[in-house]
Amino acid sequence: MGSVNDSDPFPTALKVLIAGGFGVGKTTMVSAVSEIEPLSTEELLTQVSASTDSLEGVEDKSTTTVAMDFGRISLGGTHVLYLFGTPGQERFWFLWDELSAGALGAVVLADTRRLEDCFAAVDFFERRGIEFIVAVNEFDDAYRYEPEEVRAAIDLKPEVPVVLCDARDVASSTNVLVSLVQHLIDTRSQHADVI
Amino acid sequence: MTEPVEGPWLDGDAGRLVRPYTVSDGRTKPSTHFDLLTLVMATGNRPHHYLGPDHTHVLGLCRGPLSVAEIAAHIRQPAVVTKVLLSDLVDCGAITARAPDRAPLGPHSTDRDLLEAVLDGLRKRL
Ligand SMILES: Nc1nc2c(ncn2[C@@H]2O[C@H](COP(=O)(O)OP(=O)(O)OP(=O)(O)O)[C@@H](O)[C@H]2O)c(=O)[nH]1
Ligand SMILES: [Mg+2]
Repeated sequence: MGSVNDSDPFPTALKVLIAGGFGVGKTTMVSAVSEIEPLSTEELLTQVSASTDSLEGVEDKSTTTVAMDFGRISLGGTHVLYLFGTPGQERFWFLWDELSAGALGAVVLADTRRLEDCFAAVDFFERRGIEFIVAVNEFDDAYRYEPEEVRAAIDLKPEVPVVLCDARDVASSTNVLVSLVQHLIDTRSQHADVI
Repeated sequence: MTEPVEGPWLDGDAGRLVRPYTVSDGRTKPSTHFDLLTLVMATGNRPHHYLGPDHTHVLGLCRGPLSVAEIAAHIRQPAVVTKVLLSDLVDCGAITARAPDRAPLGPHSTDRDLLEAVLDGLRKRL
């Protein structure tokens, strides 16, 4: 717990993940809401997949990396929200373990033309108990589904919100984040009522 | 000496090929634990010895609070290499670091306040 101190120069850093299948609009959404040019950070594939204790000799090796886009939203000087677009390729998802540790929650982006592409992300967050909402990115040439049709198709739990969005639009993408945080608050007050 | 590994990782799906350990002097384990969201900032204390160009570059970026992820992006080095450079700077007193609060959210009033603050901040952007 960080102590509350007027002279504390550090804001509270928070993290939200933007996940979903290949080419669904994750980078587009991060760019739309970020106050900085979206940046990209790299992890070494060998570093995260190998045991870090046995790296003797590894300094001679070249290694490939996988990049994660991220953006930043400063919230009134006291909080900074970082948005990480997760790698679209499923085989890089072991990286999500570090990314998802300590995340407030996640947005699973879905494309109605390829809804099954978001199953893996939904499954990932359900298994780890990370709260998420589903945002349907409405591509121009896609058939428009009602949120409830999408919910049925993905077999989502009734409490998981489904919203529609245009990932290119700042207000629309910001609204997705608002829906996520509102969902987190709602879930918490329900728990508090039970206890 | 081990031969450079060629093979499964070197394909088009993965990112660029790097030889990062020259910057971190062969080290891959930072002395301090860093998360991608750890925030760092210069203390204003000048290190006693010359740090070299990579450390000096990183230190120059640390004027305001910045996350490890951002610094890694700016210096175009993988996160693990960036963490090694930053831990050197912490060790010599040139920067301070603040780990993110990683406790999972629970039904606590402080968590609720946190979420309300985030919600407020987001709504102001609409
Ligand atoms: N028409 C339309 N195009 C979009 C929308 N969102 C994204 N795109 C386009 O779809 C393409 C893929 O978007 P990205 O944001 O790169 O998708 P991604 O999920 O980051 O892709 P990967 O990182 O490769 O998995 C880009 O050409 C975008 O311009 C949208 O809401 N409507
Ligand atoms: Mg992308």
